[in-house]
Amino acid sequence: MALNTEFNLGTESDALFNELLQAHEGLSREQSEQLNAGLILILMNHIGEAGTIREAVVCARAALDA
Amino acid sequence: MARYQFEPFDYVTPPELSGAGSASAPIIIVGAGPIGLAAAIDLATHGVASIVVDDNNVVSVGSRAICWAKRSLEIFDRLGVGERMLEKGVTWKLGRVYRGDREVYNFDLLPEDGHKFPAFINLQQYYVEQFLVERCADFPDLIDLRFRNRVLSVGQDETGVAAEIETPDGAYMLRGEYLLACDGANSRIRRQFGLDFEGRHFEERFLIADVEMDADFPSERWFWFTPTFHPGQSALLHKQPDNIYRIDLQLGPDADPEEEKKPENVIPRIEKIVGGRPFKLDWVSVYSFNCRRIDRFVHERVIFVGDSAHVVSPFGARGGNGGMHDVDNLCWKLARIVTGSAAPDLLESYNHERVHGADENIRNSSWTSRFMSPEPGIETAFRNAALSLAVDTPFARRVVNAGRLSVPCQLTDSPLNGRDDDVFDVPQKVGMVALDAPLSDRDDNATWLMSQLGGRFVCLVTGEAKAPAELPDGVELVRIGRGGFGDAEGRVQERYGDAVYLIRPDQHVAARWVAPGAADIRAALTRCAATITA
Repeated sequence: MALNTEFNLGTESDALFNELLQAHEGLSREQSEQLNAGLILILMNHIGEAGTIREAVVCARAALDA
Repeated sequence: MARYQFEPFDYVTPPELSGAGSASAPIIIVGAGPIGLAAAIDLATHGVASIVVDDNNVVSVGSRAICWAKRSLEIFDRLGVGERMLEKGVTWKLGRVYRGDREVYNFDLLPEDGHKFPAFINLQQYYVEQFLVERCADFPDLIDLRFRNRVLSVGQDETGVAAEIETPDGAYMLRGEYLLACDGANSRIRRQFGLDFEGRHFEERFLIADVEMDADFPSERWFWFTPTFHPGQSALLHKQPDNIYRIDLQLGPDADPEEEKKPENVIPRIEKIVGGRPFKLDWVSVYSFNCRRIDRFVHERVIFVGDSAHVVSPFGARGGNGGMHDVDNLCWKLARIVTGSAAPDLLESYNHERVHGADENIRNSSWTSRFMSPEPGIETAFRNAALSLAVDTPFARRVVNAGRLSVPCQLTDSPLNGRDDDVFDVPQKVGMVALDAPLSDRDDNATWLMSQLGGRFVCLVTGEAKAPAELPDGVELVRIGRGGFGDAEGRVQERYGDAVYLIRPDQHVAARWVAPGAADIRAALTRCAATITA
């Protein structure tokens, strides 16, 4: 499964983005980092394909602000 | 239970200095630790003589390597000490991982039956060395053990090697065809050769202690992340014979080794773990570790084996076990080379296969070390996320890394491998060590498949497969089923199917066929053994 970089979130994308932010509300920086790490691990396991996950890491790193 | 009694080995003036002439053996082995001793015995089983020199005259002080994996036990069994080790050792296969005082995960390292040896035993290195020294005495014409013989320097040319050796009676020169540097992590020979020991040093310090106590802890490996008895750090508990328990405590990077080793600092820490039981301190050490290897393990006629070639962190039991893989891989090749039946370039396959094995061990132990001692910030965030998810989320238990314990190295990409007719739905593949299975012999006595393999090339024929009409010289037929050994519990069928296997002297599968002819076996043998044909 190649990484899907086309839009795939239907009508829920704005809601989901907002819910991500809400999930971090009231957390310390450390807790926030742990929440993000946990989310990544859960989603990585759900995807379950090493190639796709590696592509995602490359894609995200390539998009880092200078 | 009596503690181990350390008996020094006798120093004997070597014949070169006593006027009794000079001894001669094709192989010089430097270092009489588990690896050097095992190599001497393995070579002797092939009829090849060695002289083993060691600067010390006593077995390892302190338990050091204690966890011996199933594969190492199979090798030790081939060398004649496996059953003795099994009898003395503490057998275990279950590991438990705790966060705080709560178990988050446990793993069974050998969930299936039908193997002679268990997943692991714990046995102090001093026992292993003692058993090996005693086994060496069974080969008085082939193994010449010389204690308090220190190697000063090693030289070599196209014809052989020479070692300058110092003894209480003076110095002498020893010559041979090949030299095995089994002189450990601080190898003097490696330094003399100026070889880069590349890799990573971990700053984290650990306290390691053996304590003697009467306790009924089960025979399991217990690992704690941030236990209440040792806040913010990790801890590991292993049971050894003679009521000795091994305790590893992470101390952080800033700990002062000399301070931490003092009994007044060690004892309160251990009291917290053992909960008020009386105990005696047997041995204490503070260490940090490295994950490193040299670029090549073969330098012409000087061959690096075990810790002199590669070192890892201790949390996967991959140091001593990795070294035993080296011995197993090297000795049959070297024996064939010095007896003239194989070309010297067979040694290159030792380099190839064991660099591959060392990299696997370094990779695994480095990953564990990083999980156990994450950098502050995002590394800690990922580590703690995995640990806290593990309590209720099954997948995360497998992400938690408290040690990936030594498993047999797979030589899937070895240049020695021949054909693999991989049409069988069985776990055995070419490049893997052969899987053990219970057998019955013609008199219906119970035996094991592994006991029929090793030490020479074997053509293993299983189930309904047909044995080739003839076999090349030096290949012995082992038949399971159809008039051969009985497949006592059906495990051979389950693990091997109906096929013909060529098995190396180190019990690895070199090739597999559905129905080979004699020429197929011969071709695979020539490829694997670099056979010199007359």
